[in-house]
Amino acid sequence: MENVYYKTVKQVTNVLLFVEGIKDAAYNEIVEITLEDGSVVNGQVLDTKDGIAVIQSFGDTTGMNLNSTKIKFTGRTAKLKVSTDMIGRIFNGMGKVRDGGPEIYSDEEADINGSAINPYARDEPSEFIQTGISTIDGMNTLVRGQKLPIFSGSGLPHNRLAAQIARQAKLLNSDEGFSVVFGGIGLNSEEANFFINEFRNTGALDKSIVFLNLASEPSMERLMLPRMALTAAEYLAYKHDMHVLVILTDMTNYCEALREVSAAREEVPGRRGYPGYMYTDLSTIYERAGKIRDKKGSITQIPILTMPGDDITNPIPDLTGYITEGQIVLSRDLYRKGMYPAVDVLLSLSRLRNQGIGKGKTREDHSNVADQMFAAYAHGKDIRNLTEIVGEEALSDSDKEYLHFADLFESKFVKQDYYDDRSIDQTLGIGWDILSNVDRSEMKRIKDAYIEKYGKWKK
Amino acid sequence: MDGYIYRISGPVVTARGLEGAKMNDVVKVGKSNLVGEIIKLNGDDAIIQVYEDTSGIRPGEPVEDTGRQLSVTLAPGLMGGIYDGIQRPLDKIMAASGDFISRGVEIPAIDYDKKWHFTPTAKEGDAVDSLSIIGTVEETSMITDKIMIPYGISGKIKEIKEGDFTVEETIAIVETDEGDKEIQMMQEWPVRYPRPVKDKLPPDVPLITGQRVIDSLFPVAKGGTAAVPGPFGSGKTVIQQQLSKWSDSKIVVYVGCGERGNEMTEILTTFPELKDPKTGKPLMDRTILIANTSNMPVAAREASIYTGITIAEYYRDMGYDVALMADSTSRWAEALREISGRLEEMPGEEGYPAYLGRKIAEFYERAGRVHSLNGSLGSVTAIGAVSPPGGDLSDPVVQNTLRVTRVFWALDAALANARHFPSINWLNSYSLYIDDLKGWYSSNASDLWSGLYSESMNILQKEADINEIVQLVGYDALPESDKVVLDIARMIREDYLQQNAFDEVDTYTSMHKQFLMLKSIIDIGEKEKAAVARGVLTSQMGKIDAKAKIARMKFTPEEQIDAYYKDLQSSIADMDKIVKISGD
Repeated sequence: MENVYYKTVKQVTNVLLFVEGIKDAAYNEIVEITLEDGSVVNGQVLDTKDGIAVIQSFGDTTGMNLNSTKIKFTGRTAKLKVSTDMIGRIFNGMGKVRDGGPEIYSDEEADINGSAINPYARDEPSEFIQTGISTIDGMNTLVRGQKLPIFSGSGLPHNRLAAQIARQAKLLNSDEGFSVVFGGIGLNSEEANFFINEFRNTGALDKSIVFLNLASEPSMERLMLPRMALTAAEYLAYKHDMHVLVILTDMTNYCEALREVSAAREEVPGRRGYPGYMYTDLSTIYERAGKIRDKKGSITQIPILTMPGDDITNPIPDLTGYITEGQIVLSRDLYRKGMYPAVDVLLSLSRLRNQGIGKGKTREDHSNVADQMFAAYAHGKDIRNLTEIVGEEALSDSDKEYLHFADLFESKFVKQDYYDDRSIDQTLGIGWDILSNVDRSEMKRIKDAYIEKYGKWKK
Repeated sequence: MDGYIYRISGPVVTARGLEGAKMNDVVKVGKSNLVGEIIKLNGDDAIIQVYEDTSGIRPGEPVEDTGRQLSVTLAPGLMGGIYDGIQRPLDKIMAASGDFISRGVEIPAIDYDKKWHFTPTAKEGDAVDSLSIIGTVEETSMITDKIMIPYGISGKIKEIKEGDFTVEETIAIVETDEGDKEIQMMQEWPVRYPRPVKDKLPPDVPLITGQRVIDSLFPVAKGGTAAVPGPFGSGKTVIQQQLSKWSDSKIVVYVGCGERGNEMTEILTTFPELKDPKTGKPLMDRTILIANTSNMPVAAREASIYTGITIAEYYRDMGYDVALMADSTSRWAEALREISGRLEEMPGEEGYPAYLGRKIAEFYERAGRVHSLNGSLGSVTAIGAVSPPGGDLSDPVVQNTLRVTRVFWALDAALANARHFPSINWLNSYSLYIDDLKGWYSSNASDLWSGLYSESMNILQKEADINEIVQLVGYDALPESDKVVLDIARMIREDYLQQNAFDEVDTYTSMHKQFLMLKSIIDIGEKEKAAVARGVLTSQMGKIDAKAKIARMKFTPEEQIDAYYKDLQSSIADMDKIVKISGD
């Protein structure tokens, strides 16, 4: 197949090319498209049959024509050359170096689609990751090997939160840190610079691999980027025993690109025009998080997505929530009140929380305290709504306590500084502090022994 | 007859030159020998859905028709296994190909080398027919396999031997009209065909689950069908796992269909450690897992629920009660949609194929309590989870499921957020088996049962009505007779319906205990109403002894429950002494 070019393009749309005369293009094979001016764009085979192949171009199809555009079939599916030299470097969505440094040379390469982890080989995630953020550590605990997305909205501080997690994440009683693989999907250059500067300034870049696709760059590369990033992550985790934190932002841009290709292929659309296979497609990204029994390394994923119109029932957050093990939801109301990081703990959930906390992992009282705060905050918020109707005077003393608790919960527990790295003891300490504003007899979800030991009520 | 690949589009491959290919034949696709199934024939074209990733496969590569239909292997050795959607053993795949699933792995579903001790129950000269039981094998500590004559063979036993055999070795010879047939323990059955039965029985025995809200208010019959829809995070998976652990079906087949890998891991790590509540044996000894996680090939996901239910039918035919959990049928329907889209079929609602409703109905129709062809009485209870997008119950998968299932456990996100578990909403859920099961409840729980049931449902319904009024006028404006109803409803909700799956005692409640608990609550309710009629205020009864006791009743172990009940009854009798506080 070397140096055989096909000049038999019969149709070009804004993302697809139909090439005739090719007998045996492989499904998902990578092609090189050479334009009249000599520039080269990559593409991938989406549909192949004897005599015709449908190619998705990763670049702009501007300038392609039916006469002089040449197609070369590379004979291989999308692969990424992997090496530990990648650490500290920045790549584009196709896995090409984009920081001006030398190319990566390696004999090892891996298929970017990966293979499904055998469910039988998986190990149950159970090690607590301290992110230093109270709303996550205390209420919606992240554990190693989990996939826990951040559901955000445009204009909310999800990027800062992600950067803060990347900076602060660590295991208790262990020196093992995290290597970060960062996938920036369709970011604008300001966001991209924010992350790169952030990683540079904190020294995180020295243990990170960055994949970056800017808003101005081909949207089709966004479909490859998360897979490139995860392939690199799997290499570090399973070949080099590293614990990898993968941050993918913004998955909404990924889904938009998926819809774009689907529409170009004239597929039957599912909800809101997104393709019917979006669940399966997203799962092949998210399910690459995990721990494997006989491997030391692990992959923890924090995908970030902005919910269009802050609507959690939109297919993107909806399908994501069905695959991931919980979600961290950011609230516009809290952010308006200045409560960075604005995590809405009532809508948030970590399905693996109970595996990661308790005696020997965080602290014996953790689960009780968290449950009590959930209940008290939920009740306090209900009362806050009620107060808007009946006024604060009409409240009973107990209700006033809860109302006060809800305020304290937001201003003391939720709100924290971008550089505030709270240990789990500090987080639980704040919890006990604010709970002590509610009568002790209301602590129905906490064992008496813990109240004796940790409680801050005046005797 | 060998053919070649003509076209590849995702999991759908078109092959040409497959002479004599039949619908639903299993084929080997390409040089990597990927497993596929013919789903459409069109002239010389055979359209194949491939159960493995097709990346890198080229037109022109060979396709081989095996001439078999997609089948499962049925034999001793299934129990405790974990399989993918087309019954490949995941534990052995791991041993053979490592932590990631590679393509084209061919590993038999069960161990062909293992010897099982076969004890005949039939003797030479006995007349046998399809599925006649001729002997037994101790498969696990809990399950004794009945070895059956394969379907379609009838005649007289010419020879039958006791001893240790592999599943492929001949254990008996049957003399038939077409000559002697050798009988092995292993059989195959095409997954898309229901195994035939003699007759189906009415659903008049409940599947006892030990979950109070289910057994008492929304029971499912053995051989019945139930749907569990729920938005994510509403505790759907915990309910299915509770049913697997505690329901009184002898065997559980759990199909993880397009769900999370870590969820299957949780089952795999917790089930072997869990003990069956009745026998004390590991739960895994009566469980079969089918795991096709969301990132595994989509076509195998489509096959997985058929693989699961065929295995369930096999054990049903031996005379066992089998519970089949499918989590989630929405993912299965999405697999149908994805393949239908690739076939460029005309879509129905939301892009799902027009035959979605038929496929769902066909699946649930395979449930039932039956006399199998050999006369044994067994059942398959099918409990399917659905995951409506955005929690929207008008979704076509949910609607088509509700048309065929007879129990609906409506999981409610609001209840889950308030940490009320199991979060089955008592106003929206229903069970159409209530009338069929009345007889069983009155003879096995108590003849008071149906009265208690109606009374509790009545109170819960009234509570909802009163709460609407409260929204308008406030609690204080209610008459005492309404306040007392709210109080009783609160007891039913908090002290009865709420059940903690993670508490050692509360996780399972026997029918006897359920009866005593519910009766006590209704009794307290009656006394409260009587007290209110005497002029006592509801607020006066907040801290009475009987109520403190009913709150602790769920945490009282089964063996102490009768004594506890007696004691509680005397506290309830004391309620007659509550008098009106006069003068204010």
